[in-house]
Parts: sequence; structure tokens; C-alpha cells
Amino acid sequence: MICKQREARVHLTQIDQGKIKKVDLCEQCAKEKGVDDPTGYALADLLLNLGAPTESTRSTSTVTSCKSCGLTATDFKKSGRLGCPDCYAAFKEILSGLLESMHRGTRHIGKRPGAGRPPVVASDQLTLLQQQLAEAIAVENYEEAARIRDRIKSLKSADGRVLSA
Amino acid sequence: MKLHEFLPVVSQAVGRVGPNDWVVLSTRVRLARNLRSNLFPDRAKKNDRIRVCGIIRREVEALPQMAGGFAESMESLSAFEKQTLVERHLISREHAMRGAGSALVLSKDTSLSVMINEEDHLRMQSLKPGMQLQEAWVAIDEVDTALSKTLDFAFSDEFGYLTACPTNVGTGIRVSAMLHLPGLVLSEQINRVIQAANELGLAVRGLYGEGTEALGNLFQVSNQRTLGQKEEEIIERVGKVVNNIIENEKNARGLLLQNNPKMVYNHIGRAYGILANAHSISSKETMNLLSLFRLGFDLGFFPGVQRSFIDELFMVTQPAHLQARFAGKLSAEERDIRRADMLREAFRNVERPSMPSDPASSLDKT
Repeated sequence: MICKQREARVHLTQIDQGKIKKVDLCEQCAKEKGVDDPTGYALADLLLNLGAPTESTRSTSTVTSCKSCGLTATDFKKSGRLGCPDCYAAFKEILSGLLESMHRGTRHIGKRPGAGRPPVVASDQLTLLQQQLAEAIAVENYEEAARIRDRIKSLKSADGRVLSA
Repeated sequence: MKLHEFLPVVSQAVGRVGPNDWVVLSTRVRLARNLRSNLFPDRAKKNDRIRVCGIIRREVEALPQMAGGFAESMESLSAFEKQTLVERHLISREHAMRGAGSALVLSKDTSLSVMINEEDHLRMQSLKPGMQLQEAWVAIDEVDTALSKTLDFAFSDEFGYLTACPTNVGTGIRVSAMLHLPGLVLSEQINRVIQAANELGLAVRGLYGEGTEALGNLFQVSNQRTLGQKEEEIIERVGKVVNNIIENEKNARGLLLQNNPKMVYNHIGRAYGILANAHSISSKETMNLLSLFRLGFDLGFFPGVQRSFIDELFMVTQPAHLQARFAGKLSAEERDIRRADMLREAFRNVERPSMPSDPASSLDKT
């Protein structure tokens, strides 16, 4: 919130350079800032005084588009929605930063169509454990943290290389 | 068959019981799927949406789980029927706004619901009463596995199941629980709990999901991350947090009764007074007061009442359900009056709350 006084009623979300930015405003602040139309371009940036999008990011974003559905990077940044399954390959670069910030990893390790499930790769296991360790420390669960630390140790060999599971 | 003939009557729908249902009203697991080589619904032309909808609907309806179920195109349902489905948590508010080229398939007991062409080609959910995340997952996992044999889902080795919004990519799973948390709200601890859940990567929302208010002290807790974790890990994580919140709610109620019983009695007594005597009452006020009435029930102050009686009132005082009862469109003012009439009638046989003279004795009731 900008004024930190009234209840926020205008919520802006924008994806910029792979990061999600959110601004919450009350109606009055929104009017003062001229944000009656939350669909406007790059408003969140302007409000946060992060500066207007630079020319370089604009030019790369208008060039890229998905060959299958015609969605442009600008469309995607505005709506946050992709047009078709092929967009994931077309916008891989933009997506990779975005996915990293919103998820626990950038690689799928869950269910697959058909019954087959992928084997657990040792390095994936390690990443997972490291995340769990950080979380356990964050909530001050030191017992759990110690247990995870030992499991990480046992996954790594003496020289720090990851052993296969 | 018409929707209202198909849907179980409210008393039956809310009478189902599950573990820890004094806090956990329901648990839900939802999967998002799309068909390979087809534009996502919002990008697709109407004709393509209708074609894809037809393909998917045929396969979904053919599932053994859907025998005796209900299937209908969204354009054939009235605004009022759609609102009823939203109030029953069988479709999202977003799906209620869709028309031609979108459809809904429900299993006979309505525990399985498949939305076709919502934001994704397929949004399938399993809804269970009480704390039954694992059961809900098993049920929807089976539906998904069966459908994957006949439908070619958009899937990449790297990103998993591909979805219209990157927030759902990977497993496409949303695991959620609907929690009634009056103790944490009254003791002003709810924000701390929400914050802690957020830090663990979970979202806490209002009654009807994204962007809705927490009416009636009802909160929906769900995972936000869908990529880089297995389904089972996500379910376990949400389950752990929900169990933790249940403990917190229990403790909050205990402490409130210990430290400030008069405040609790006052809230519950006033809620009873208004519910039993009002002549005009909004849906919002009704929800908030019914929440306190439900708390009073949990604490043993209404020995003659069944929990399903309260949960039924939660449902039938919602706008679409109220309208159904009085057949025909009512203005907001008329609804408030009819709602109050209905509540007074329902409360005629509800005895005044019996608060213990010794507050400590109601501690063990939850």
C-alpha cells in the first residue's frame, strides 16, 4: 500500500523481467495516481518509481512471438497468460526467471501422462533437501534441520560431489 | 435432467461427515490439463473451443466414475443455476461466466467435478468433507490417469503439464482445505497464521477462492507452487500446515475461554439473538453470525442442535439458494427480508445458548 491508511481496493499485478510485481492501492491513491484503468501498461512500475521499462527490454519483448498461436511477449507480460502449449518453448527465456521465482524448482518431477514416473535424480534430491533445510531453519525447527543436514551429508561424497542415489 | 433435480438436497450435501470437520469443512484436489496442439481456451476461437469441448466431454462422460452423473454445456445453464453451482463449490466463479464451448460434468455424488474450457481445457476436482486430502488426491489421480489414456495431454519433460497460466504448470495441482477459524479471528491471531502459511508457500483466501473476502471466518488454504515438487509432497505440505492450523485454532479457543470468556459468550449470545429475531439480514451478516453460532455449537452451548443444521443454514441463506426456495428473482432488499424470515423460522426450536457458569468446563468440548 502507498498511503498505508485506507483499505486497498485497486490491485495491480505485472510481470517484468521474469519477476512478478504487485501494488495495492486504496481508491483515493489510485485516483491521485491516475490509475482508474488497471489494464494500462507498466503502471505498476511507474507507481513504484522503478522507472519506465527500458528500450532494450521493450524491443526484445516485441520481437518474440509464438509461431503456433501468435501470442507476443508483450501480450504475455500484460495478461500473465500463455496462448498455447507451444508458448512454453517460444518464451522459454522469459519464463525461466518467472518460474524460478514462483515455484520450488524449474523442472517437473511429478506425475507423467501414462503410468510411468521419472526416476529420482540424485541432484534433484539434493536441491529438494536444501530447500527443506532452509525452510526448517526459517521456522526454527532445528531438530528437523539437523536431520535434513545429515541426509544432505550422506548424499554428498567427501569431496562434495553428488553421489547417485 | 435439470440441474436442480440432479443436485442432492442441501441437508444431504452438508450432512456428509469427515475427519476434523469441526474446523475443516471440506478438502479439495484440483488438476489442470490441456490438450496438445490446441490453443488454450482464452486464445482459441469459438469453433475450436466447441470442438475441443466436444472431444473432452465425450471422454469424461464415458468414465465409470461419471456413471449416473450430470453433464451440461455452460450456455445451457441459467445464471441462477451457475450461481447455485458456485455456492456449492462445484464450479469456480470464473467458469460461471463462461458460455458456448465450455461445459461441466459432475459425478453422481458431486464429489467429482470436471470443468471443460475454463482457463485450461480441463479443470478436474475431487471434493471431500472434512480433512481428506489423501482420499481426494487418490480419486482425482484415477480420473486423470484414465483420461490420459484417451486424451493427448500437453506435457513437456522439463515443465510437466503445460497450463495457460505459468502459476499452474508442472503438476497442475491445487490442493486446498476450507477452514472455519473463529477462534483465531477473535483472538486476533489470524494474520500471524496467514503470514506463516504464506512463508511456507501457501495461499490463504476467502470463501470462493481467488480475490474473495473471508466471510463467516472461512478461509481457504492452498498450495501456490506447482512445479519442482511431486504431487505427494505438495499434499503432505498442505496437510501439515492445515493440521498445524487446526491445533492453533483449538488452542486459540481454549485461551479465549480461559482469559476472556465473557467476550466469547457475548459474541455468541448476540449472534443467536440477531439470527433468531432479525427481520432483515444481509448474506454477509448472516455468514458472520452463523460462524459464531457454529463456534457456540462446538463449545457445547447449543446441545439440542446438529452441526448439519448450521451448515445447511450457511448454504441456504446464500443468494442463489435463497432464490431457489422462493422460486423467482428477488431484489436484494426482498432477499434480506426472506432470509431473516427463514432464519427466524429455523431458530424457533433452537434453545437459547446455555453458557456454563464455570467457563473452564467448556474447554474440553472441541
